[in-house]
Amino acid sequence: MLDKTGIAKRIAKEVKDGYYVNLGIGIPTLVANYVREDIEVEFQSENGVLGMGPFPFEGEEDADVINAGKQTITTLPGASFFDSAMSFSMIRGQHVDLTILGAMEVAENGDIANWKIPGKMVKGMGGAMDLVASAENIIVAMMHTNRAGESKLLKRCSLPLTGVGCVKKIVTNLAVIEVTDRGFKLLERAPEVSVETIQKATEGTLIIEGDIPEMVI
Amino acid sequence: MINKKVNNVQEALEGVSDNMTFMLGGFGLSGIPENAIAELVKRGIKGLTCISNNAGVDDFGLGLLLKKHQIKKMVSSYVGENDEFERQMLSGELEVELIPQGTLAERCRAAQAGFPAIYTPAGYGTEVAEGKETREFDGKMYVLEHAFKADFAFVKAWKGDAAGNLIFKGTARNFNPVMCGAAKITVAEVEELVPLGSLDPNQIHIPGIFVQRIFEGERFEKRIEQRTVRSRE
Repeated sequence: MLDKTGIAKRIAKEVKDGYYVNLGIGIPTLVANYVREDIEVEFQSENGVLGMGPFPFEGEEDADVINAGKQTITTLPGASFFDSAMSFSMIRGQHVDLTILGAMEVAENGDIANWKIPGKMVKGMGGAMDLVASAENIIVAMMHTNRAGESKLLKRCSLPLTGVGCVKKIVTNLAVIEVTDRGFKLLERAPEVSVETIQKATEGTLIIEGDIPEMVI
Repeated sequence: MINKKVNNVQEALEGVSDNMTFMLGGFGLSGIPENAIAELVKRGIKGLTCISNNAGVDDFGLGLLLKKHQIKKMVSSYVGENDEFERQMLSGELEVELIPQGTLAERCRAAQAGFPAIYTPAGYGTEVAEGKETREFDGKMYVLEHAFKADFAFVKAWKGDAAGNLIFKGTARNFNPVMCGAAKITVAEVEELVPLGSLDPNQIHIPGIFVQRIFEGERFEKRIEQRTVRSRE
Protein backbone atom coordinates (compact mmCIF):
# COMPACT_ATOMS: atom_id res chain seq x y z
CA MET A 1 0.00 0.00 0.00
CA LEU A 2 1.23 3.50 -0.80
CA ASP A 3 1.27 6.56 1.40
CA LYS A 4 0.57 10.04 0.04
CA THR A 5 4.19 10.45 -1.02
CA GLY A 6 3.99 7.14 -2.87
CA ILE A 7 0.89 8.28 -4.76
CA ALA A 8 2.70 11.50 -5.71
CA LYS A 9 5.76 9.52 -6.88
CA ARG A 10 3.65 7.27 -9.08
CA ILE A 11 1.78 10.21 -10.61
CA ALA A 12 5.08 12.00 -11.26
CA LYS A 13 5.79 9.26 -13.81
CA GLU A 14 2.81 10.49 -15.85
CA VAL A 15 4.40 13.91 -16.26
CA LYS A 16 6.11 14.09 -19.65
CA ASP A 17 8.74 16.33 -21.19
CA GLY A 18 7.29 19.65 -22.39
CA TYR A 19 4.15 19.47 -20.27
CA TYR A 20 2.44 22.46 -18.68
CA VAL A 21 0.91 21.06 -15.51
CA ASN A 22 -1.68 22.34 -13.03
CA LEU A 23 -1.44 20.78 -9.59
CA GLY A 24 -4.30 20.88 -7.11
CA ILE A 25 -3.97 21.26 -3.36
CA GLY A 26 -2.93 18.29 -1.19
CA ILE A 27 -1.30 15.17 -2.67
CA PRO A 28 -1.06 16.77 -6.15
CA THR A 29 1.20 19.53 -4.79
CA LEU A 30 3.72 16.84 -3.75
CA VAL A 31 4.03 15.61 -7.34
CA ALA A 32 6.32 18.53 -8.22
CA ASN A 33 8.98 17.07 -5.90
CA TYR A 34 9.27 13.80 -7.83
CA VAL A 35 9.24 14.77 -11.49
CA ARG A 36 12.28 13.45 -13.37
CA GLU A 37 15.07 15.98 -13.49
CA ASP A 38 16.00 15.31 -17.11
CA ILE A 39 12.71 16.65 -18.49
CA GLU A 40 11.37 20.18 -18.84
CA VAL A 41 8.03 20.84 -17.17
CA GLU A 42 6.32 24.09 -16.14
CA PHE A 43 3.86 24.26 -13.27
CA GLN A 44 0.87 26.57 -13.55
CA SER A 45 -1.04 27.88 -10.57
CA GLU A 46 -4.48 29.28 -11.32
CA ASN A 47 -3.99 32.40 -9.21
CA GLY A 48 -1.70 33.62 -11.97
CA VAL A 49 1.76 32.13 -12.30
CA LEU A 50 3.46 29.82 -14.77
CA GLY A 51 6.91 28.50 -13.96
CA MET A 52 6.51 27.95 -10.23
CA GLY A 53 9.61 27.04 -8.29
CA PRO A 54 10.14 25.64 -4.78
CA PHE A 55 9.20 27.33 -1.52
CA PRO A 56 11.40 30.34 -0.69
CA PHE A 57 14.20 30.27 1.86
CA GLU A 58 13.25 31.67 5.21
CA GLY A 59 13.36 35.46 5.12
CA GLU A 60 12.76 35.55 1.36
CA GLU A 61 8.98 35.09 1.43
CA ASP A 62 7.06 37.58 -0.69
CA ALA A 63 3.37 38.27 0.02
CA ASP A 64 2.99 39.04 -3.69
CA VAL A 65 4.21 35.62 -4.85
CA ILE A 66 1.95 32.77 -3.75
CA ASN A 67 0.34 29.67 -5.24
CA ALA A 68 -3.36 28.75 -5.35
CA GLY A 69 -3.00 27.19 -1.90
CA LYS A 70 -1.94 30.67 -0.69
CA GLN A 71 1.52 29.33 0.13
CA THR A 72 4.56 31.49 -0.48
CA ILE A 73 6.51 30.23 -3.50
CA THR A 74 9.34 31.24 -5.81
CA THR A 75 9.50 31.44 -9.59
CA LEU A 76 12.00 29.85 -11.95
CA PRO A 77 13.78 31.52 -14.89
CA GLY A 78 11.22 31.82 -17.69
CA ALA A 79 8.29 32.26 -15.31
CA SER A 80 5.42 34.65 -15.95
CA PHE A 81 2.59 36.29 -14.01
CA PHE A 82 -0.87 37.02 -15.39
CA ASP A 83 -4.41 37.87 -14.34
CA SER A 84 -7.17 35.41 -13.44
CA ALA A 85 -8.95 35.64 -16.80
CA MET A 86 -5.77 34.79 -18.68
CA SER A 87 -5.02 32.02 -16.21
CA PHE A 88 -8.33 30.37 -17.00
CA SER A 89 -7.81 31.00 -20.70
CA MET A 90 -4.83 28.67 -20.32
CA ILE A 91 -7.03 26.14 -18.56
CA ARG A 92 -10.31 26.48 -20.48
CA GLY A 93 -8.46 26.89 -23.77
CA GLN A 94 -6.70 23.55 -23.16
CA HIS A 95 -3.20 24.97 -23.20
CA VAL A 96 -2.44 23.17 -19.95
CA ASP A 97 -1.45 19.58 -20.77
CA LEU A 98 -2.10 17.82 -17.49
CA THR A 99 -4.29 18.49 -14.48
CA ILE A 100 -3.76 16.59 -11.25
CA LEU A 101 -6.31 17.03 -8.51
CA GLY A 102 -7.79 15.41 -5.45
CA ALA A 103 -11.32 14.08 -5.07
CA MET A 104 -13.83 12.97 -2.47
CA GLU A 105 -15.56 10.64 -4.95
CA VAL A 106 -15.08 9.46 -8.52
CA ALA A 107 -17.72 7.51 -10.42
CA GLU A 108 -17.15 4.79 -13.00
CA ASN A 109 -18.47 7.13 -15.72
CA GLY A 110 -15.74 9.67 -14.92
CA ASP A 111 -17.86 12.02 -12.80
CA ILE A 112 -15.98 13.69 -9.95
CA ALA A 113 -17.10 15.28 -6.67
CA ASN A 114 -14.65 17.30 -4.61
CA TRP A 115 -16.09 20.62 -3.51
CA LYS A 116 -18.99 20.26 -1.14
CA ILE A 117 -20.51 18.07 1.54
CA PRO A 118 -24.05 19.44 1.97
CA GLY A 119 -24.68 20.77 5.47
CA LYS A 120 -21.12 20.03 6.55
CA MET A 121 -18.37 21.42 4.45
CA VAL A 122 -18.90 24.21 1.96
CA LYS A 123 -15.58 25.70 1.00
CA GLY A 124 -16.30 26.21 -2.66
CA MET A 125 -15.00 24.80 -5.91
CA GLY A 126 -12.24 27.32 -6.52
CA GLY A 127 -10.87 26.53 -9.96
CA ALA A 128 -11.74 22.85 -9.90
CA MET A 129 -14.89 23.10 -12.04
CA ASP A 130 -13.07 25.04 -14.75
CA LEU A 131 -10.19 22.56 -14.67
CA VAL A 132 -12.27 19.41 -14.94
CA ALA A 133 -14.65 20.85 -17.54
CA SER A 134 -11.86 21.60 -19.97
CA ALA A 135 -8.77 19.53 -19.33
CA GLU A 136 -8.20 16.63 -21.74
CA ASN A 137 -5.87 14.88 -19.38
CA ILE A 138 -7.04 14.67 -15.77
CA ILE A 139 -5.47 12.46 -13.14
CA VAL A 140 -7.11 12.13 -9.76
CA ALA A 141 -4.85 11.58 -6.76
CA MET A 142 -6.66 10.24 -3.72
CA MET A 143 -6.94 7.51 -1.11
CA HIS A 144 -9.00 4.55 -2.33
CA THR A 145 -11.36 4.75 0.66
CA ASN A 146 -12.52 7.53 2.97
CA ARG A 147 -11.83 7.79 6.70
CA ALA A 148 -14.85 5.62 7.43
CA GLY A 149 -13.35 2.93 5.18
CA GLU A 150 -15.94 3.41 2.44
CA SER A 151 -14.98 3.25 -1.23
CA LYS A 152 -14.39 6.53 -3.03
CA LEU A 153 -14.63 4.78 -6.43
CA LEU A 154 -18.35 4.51 -6.93
CA LYS A 155 -20.99 3.53 -9.45
CA ARG A 156 -22.47 7.01 -9.04
CA CYS A 157 -21.22 9.95 -7.01
CA SER A 158 -23.37 10.72 -3.98
CA LEU A 159 -21.95 14.23 -3.35
CA PRO A 160 -22.63 17.31 -5.50
CA LEU A 161 -20.63 16.99 -8.71
CA THR A 162 -17.66 19.07 -9.73
CA GLY A 163 -17.72 17.80 -13.30
CA VAL A 164 -19.27 15.09 -15.45
CA GLY A 165 -17.49 12.33 -17.35
CA CYS A 166 -14.10 13.99 -17.13
CA VAL A 167 -11.72 11.81 -15.10
CA LYS A 168 -9.41 9.64 -17.20
CA LYS A 169 -7.07 8.16 -14.65
CA ILE A 170 -6.99 7.61 -10.89
CA VAL A 171 -3.97 6.87 -8.74
CA THR A 172 -4.78 5.75 -5.21
CA ASN A 173 -2.89 4.17 -2.34
CA LEU A 174 -3.97 0.79 -3.75
CA ALA A 175 -4.03 1.03 -7.53
CA VAL A 176 -3.71 2.80 -10.86
CA ILE A 177 -7.08 2.80 -12.60
CA GLU A 178 -8.23 3.97 -16.00
CA VAL A 179 -11.79 5.21 -16.46
CA THR A 180 -13.29 3.50 -19.52
CA ASP A 181 -16.73 3.25 -21.14
CA ARG A 182 -17.23 -0.01 -19.25
CA GLY A 183 -16.08 1.20 -15.84
CA PHE A 184 -12.88 1.30 -13.78
CA LYS A 185 -10.14 -0.66 -15.50
CA LEU A 186 -7.44 -1.88 -13.15
CA LEU A 187 -4.01 -1.14 -14.63
CA GLU A 188 -1.58 -1.59 -11.75
CA ARG A 189 -1.52 -2.73 -8.13
CA ALA A 190 0.36 -0.93 -5.38
CA PRO A 191 3.25 -2.95 -3.95
CA GLU A 192 2.05 -5.90 -1.88
CA VAL A 193 -1.62 -5.16 -2.57
CA SER A 194 -3.73 -7.97 -4.00
CA VAL A 195 -6.35 -7.64 -6.73
CA GLU A 196 -8.88 -8.92 -4.15
CA THR A 197 -8.07 -6.04 -1.80
CA ILE A 198 -8.60 -3.55 -4.61
CA GLN A 199 -11.83 -5.26 -5.66
CA LYS A 200 -13.13 -5.07 -2.09
CA ALA A 201 -12.31 -1.38 -1.80
CA THR A 202 -13.98 -0.50 -5.11
CA GLU A 203 -17.76 -0.05 -5.15
CA GLY A 204 -17.97 0.74 -8.85
CA THR A 205 -17.48 -1.78 -11.66
CA LEU A 206 -13.86 -2.94 -11.63
CA ILE A 207 -12.56 -4.46 -14.84
CA ILE A 208 -9.76 -6.93 -14.30
CA GLU A 209 -8.15 -8.29 -17.44
CA GLY A 210 -5.14 -10.60 -17.39
CA ASP A 211 -2.28 -10.27 -14.95
CA ILE A 212 -2.25 -6.96 -13.13
CA PRO A 213 1.34 -5.76 -12.73
CA GLU A 214 2.69 -4.19 -9.59
CA MET A 215 3.47 -0.44 -9.82
CA VAL A 216 7.03 0.59 -10.43
CA ILE A 217 7.82 3.69 -8.43
CA MET B 1 -3.87 63.81 -19.20
CA ILE B 2 -7.22 63.20 -17.56
CA ASN B 3 -6.53 63.37 -13.85
CA LYS B 4 -7.87 60.44 -11.79
CA LYS B 5 -5.94 61.19 -8.64
CA VAL B 6 -7.82 61.67 -5.41
CA ASN B 7 -6.12 62.65 -2.17
CA ASN B 8 -7.10 59.85 0.12
CA VAL B 9 -9.28 56.83 0.69
CA GLN B 10 -12.15 59.00 1.99
CA GLU B 11 -12.36 60.86 -1.31
CA ALA B 12 -11.89 57.65 -3.23
CA LEU B 13 -14.94 56.08 -1.61
CA GLU B 14 -17.26 59.02 -2.08
CA GLY B 15 -20.71 57.77 -3.08
CA VAL B 16 -20.60 54.32 -1.50
CA SER B 17 -23.80 53.50 0.34
CA ASP B 18 -25.91 50.71 1.81
CA ASN B 19 -27.07 47.85 -0.41
CA MET B 20 -24.54 48.43 -3.16
CA THR B 21 -22.69 45.74 -5.11
CA PHE B 22 -18.90 45.83 -4.98
CA MET B 23 -16.15 43.95 -6.77
CA LEU B 24 -13.00 43.48 -4.74
CA GLY B 25 -9.72 42.21 -6.18
CA GLY B 26 -7.37 39.76 -4.54
CA PHE B 27 -6.66 36.05 -4.21
CA GLY B 28 -6.63 34.96 -0.61
CA LEU B 29 -5.08 37.96 1.09
CA SER B 30 -2.74 38.69 -1.81
CA GLY B 31 -3.54 41.86 -3.73
CA ILE B 32 -6.62 42.85 -1.75
CA PRO B 33 -7.65 46.53 -1.54
CA GLU B 34 -6.76 46.84 2.13
CA ASN B 35 -7.30 50.57 2.40
CA ALA B 36 -10.73 50.54 0.78
CA ILE B 37 -11.83 47.65 3.01
CA ALA B 38 -10.66 49.49 6.14
CA GLU B 39 -12.62 52.56 5.08
CA LEU B 40 -15.75 50.51 4.33
CA VAL B 41 -15.50 49.03 7.83
CA LYS B 42 -15.16 52.54 9.27
CA ARG B 43 -18.20 53.81 7.39
CA GLY B 44 -20.31 50.91 8.61
CA ILE B 45 -22.42 50.72 5.45
CA LYS B 46 -24.54 47.58 5.31
CA GLY B 47 -26.44 45.22 3.06
CA LEU B 48 -23.50 44.88 0.70
CA THR B 49 -23.09 42.35 -2.07
CA CYS B 50 -19.39 41.56 -2.50
CA ILE B 51 -17.96 39.87 -5.57
CA SER B 52 -14.56 38.57 -4.58
CA ASN B 53 -12.75 35.29 -5.18
CA ASN B 54 -12.36 34.73 -1.43
CA ALA B 55 -13.86 36.16 1.73
CA GLY B 56 -10.72 36.97 3.67
CA VAL B 57 -9.85 35.42 7.02
CA ASP B 58 -11.52 36.05 10.37
CA ASP B 59 -9.51 39.15 11.23
CA PHE B 60 -8.34 40.49 7.87
CA GLY B 61 -9.59 41.32 4.41
CA LEU B 62 -13.33 40.89 3.84
CA GLY B 63 -13.46 39.03 7.15
CA LEU B 64 -13.46 42.48 8.77
CA LEU B 65 -16.68 43.43 6.96
CA LEU B 66 -18.23 40.05 7.71
CA LYS B 67 -17.52 40.39 11.39
CA LYS B 68 -19.50 43.62 11.47
CA HIS B 69 -22.36 42.04 9.49
CA GLN B 70 -21.99 44.56 6.69
CA ILE B 71 -22.18 41.95 3.95
CA LYS B 72 -25.55 40.57 2.86
CA LYS B 73 -24.29 38.43 0.01
CA MET B 74 -20.95 37.02 -1.12
CA VAL B 75 -20.19 35.88 -4.65
CA SER B 76 -16.99 33.85 -4.47
CA SER B 77 -15.29 30.68 -5.69
CA TYR B 78 -13.59 29.60 -2.47
CA VAL B 79 -14.36 30.60 1.10
CA GLY B 80 -12.48 28.00 3.08
CA GLU B 81 -10.38 29.96 5.53
CA ASN B 82 -12.98 31.91 7.44
CA ASP B 83 -14.86 30.48 10.44
CA GLU B 84 -17.13 33.50 10.87
CA PHE B 85 -18.09 33.24 7.22
CA GLU B 86 -18.99 29.58 7.62
CA ARG B 87 -21.03 30.33 10.74
CA GLN B 88 -23.01 33.11 9.05
CA MET B 89 -23.56 31.00 5.94
CA LEU B 90 -24.77 27.89 7.78
CA SER B 91 -27.06 29.98 10.01
CA GLY B 92 -28.56 31.65 6.94
CA GLU B 93 -27.48 35.19 7.91
CA LEU B 94 -25.29 35.43 4.87
CA GLU B 95 -26.35 34.67 1.33
CA VAL B 96 -23.61 32.92 -0.65
CA GLU B 97 -23.27 32.27 -4.36
CA LEU B 98 -20.35 29.97 -5.07
CA ILE B 99 -19.21 29.94 -8.68
CA PRO B 100 -16.22 28.49 -10.51
CA GLN B 101 -13.13 30.66 -10.33
CA GLY B 102 -12.72 30.97 -14.08
CA THR B 103 -16.39 31.88 -14.41
CA LEU B 104 -15.95 34.57 -11.76
CA ALA B 105 -13.03 36.02 -13.69
CA GLU B 106 -14.85 35.88 -17.01
CA ARG B 107 -18.07 37.43 -15.64
CA CYS B 108 -15.91 40.36 -14.52
CA ARG B 109 -14.12 40.50 -17.84
CA ALA B 110 -17.40 40.34 -19.73
CA ALA B 111 -18.62 43.40 -17.79
CA GLN B 112 -15.34 45.15 -18.55
CA ALA B 113 -15.42 44.23 -22.22
CA GLY B 114 -19.10 44.89 -22.92
CA PHE B 115 -20.32 41.33 -23.33
CA PRO B 116 -23.72 40.65 -21.72
CA ALA B 117 -22.88 37.00 -21.11
CA ILE B 118 -20.46 34.23 -22.00
CA TYR B 119 -20.65 30.47 -22.51
CA THR B 120 -18.38 28.35 -20.38
CA PRO B 121 -18.06 24.58 -20.00
CA ALA B 122 -17.33 24.99 -16.27
CA GLY B 123 -20.09 23.66 -14.05
CA TYR B 124 -22.09 21.92 -16.77
CA GLY B 125 -23.97 18.98 -15.24
CA THR B 126 -23.47 20.31 -11.71
CA GLU B 127 -25.69 22.33 -9.38
CA VAL B 128 -23.88 25.48 -10.57
CA ALA B 129 -25.68 25.14 -13.90
CA GLU B 130 -29.13 24.61 -12.41
CA GLY B 131 -31.69 27.00 -13.90
CA LYS B 132 -29.20 28.36 -16.41
CA GLU B 133 -29.39 28.22 -20.16
CA THR B 134 -27.12 25.57 -21.68
CA ARG B 135 -26.10 25.07 -25.27
CA GLU B 136 -24.10 22.65 -27.35
CA PHE B 137 -21.20 23.82 -29.49
CA ASP B 138 -19.29 21.24 -31.52
CA GLY B 139 -20.56 18.37 -29.42
CA LYS B 140 -19.70 19.88 -26.05
CA MET B 141 -22.09 21.45 -23.53
CA TYR B 142 -21.72 24.98 -22.20
CA VAL B 143 -23.48 27.10 -19.57
CA LEU B 144 -24.55 30.71 -20.19
CA GLU B 145 -23.15 32.99 -17.48
CA HIS B 146 -24.06 36.67 -17.27
CA ALA B 147 -21.72 39.62 -16.89
CA PHE B 148 -21.66 41.06 -13.39
CA LYS B 149 -23.21 44.42 -12.65
CA ALA B 150 -21.52 46.34 -9.87
CA ASP B 151 -21.50 49.85 -8.44
CA PHE B 152 -17.85 49.98 -7.44
CA ALA B 153 -14.76 47.92 -8.18
CA PHE B 154 -12.02 48.20 -5.57
CA VAL B 155 -8.66 47.08 -6.88
CA LYS B 156 -5.10 47.13 -5.64
CA ALA B 157 -2.04 47.66 -7.81
CA TRP B 158 1.67 48.02 -7.18
CA LYS B 159 2.34 51.24 -9.06
CA GLY B 160 0.11 53.76 -10.74
CA ASP B 161 0.05 57.33 -11.99
CA ALA B 162 -2.45 60.19 -11.96
CA ALA B 163 -3.76 59.10 -15.38
CA GLY B 164 -4.98 55.91 -13.69
CA ASN B 165 -2.47 53.62 -15.40
CA LEU B 166 -1.69 50.54 -13.33
CA ILE B 167 1.09 48.01 -12.94
CA PHE B 168 0.63 44.95 -10.75
CA LYS B 169 3.22 42.83 -9.02
CA GLY B 170 3.52 39.03 -8.92
CA THR B 171 0.44 37.00 -8.15
CA ALA B 172 -1.10 40.04 -6.43
CA ARG B 173 -2.36 40.78 -9.94
CA ASN B 174 -5.03 38.01 -9.95
CA PHE B 175 -8.59 39.42 -10.25
CA ASN B 176 -7.58 43.08 -10.04
CA PRO B 177 -7.09 43.74 -13.77
CA VAL B 178 -10.34 42.03 -14.81
CA MET B 179 -12.34 44.11 -12.33
CA CYS B 180 -11.01 47.41 -13.67
CA GLY B 181 -13.77 49.05 -15.67
CA ALA B 182 -16.18 46.24 -14.81
CA ALA B 183 -18.16 48.39 -12.37
CA LYS B 184 -19.68 51.87 -12.69
CA ILE B 185 -16.74 53.32 -10.76
CA THR B 186 -13.32 51.70 -10.41
CA VAL B 187 -11.21 52.78 -7.46
CA ALA B 188 -7.55 51.78 -7.56
CA GLU B 189 -5.29 51.92 -4.55
CA VAL B 190 -1.59 51.67 -5.25
CA GLU B 191 1.49 51.12 -3.13
CA GLU B 192 3.25 53.84 -5.02
CA LEU B 193 1.72 56.70 -6.97
CA VAL B 194 4.56 57.67 -9.27
CA PRO B 195 5.04 60.95 -11.18
CA LEU B 196 3.25 61.16 -14.50
CA GLY B 197 5.53 60.01 -17.32
CA SER B 198 7.66 57.74 -15.18
CA LEU B 199 5.78 54.57 -16.11
CA ASP B 200 6.86 53.07 -19.42
CA PRO B 201 3.72 52.92 -21.63
CA ASN B 202 4.95 49.53 -22.89
CA GLN B 203 4.72 48.09 -19.41
CA ILE B 204 1.25 49.29 -18.38
CA HIS B 205 -1.03 46.38 -17.39
CA ILE B 206 -4.24 48.41 -17.16
CA PRO B 207 -4.66 51.69 -19.06
CA GLY B 208 -6.15 54.57 -17.08
CA ILE B 209 -9.36 54.59 -19.14
CA PHE B 210 -10.60 51.70 -16.96
CA VAL B 211 -9.96 53.59 -13.70
CA GLN B 212 -11.99 56.51 -12.34
CA ARG B 213 -10.15 57.18 -9.06
CA ILE B 214 -6.63 56.41 -7.93
CA PHE B 215 -4.84 57.03 -4.66
CA GLU B 216 -1.75 55.94 -2.82
CA GLY B 217 -2.74 53.66 0.05
CA GLU B 218 -1.74 54.93 3.45
CA ARG B 219 -0.80 51.52 4.72
CA PHE B 220 -0.39 48.02 3.26
CA GLU B 221 0.03 45.18 5.71
CA LYS B 222 0.27 42.59 2.91
CA ARG B 223 -0.34 39.72 5.26
CA ILE B 224 0.87 36.24 4.24
CA GLU B 225 -1.77 33.53 4.68
CA GLN B 226 0.43 30.41 4.44
CA ARG B 227 4.06 31.15 5.13
CA THR B 228 5.89 28.20 3.59
CA VAL B 229 9.67 28.05 3.41
CA ARG B 230 12.42 25.53 2.75
CA SER B 231 15.53 25.13 4.83
CA ARG B 232 18.93 26.32 3.63
CA GLU B 233 21.13 23.29 3.20
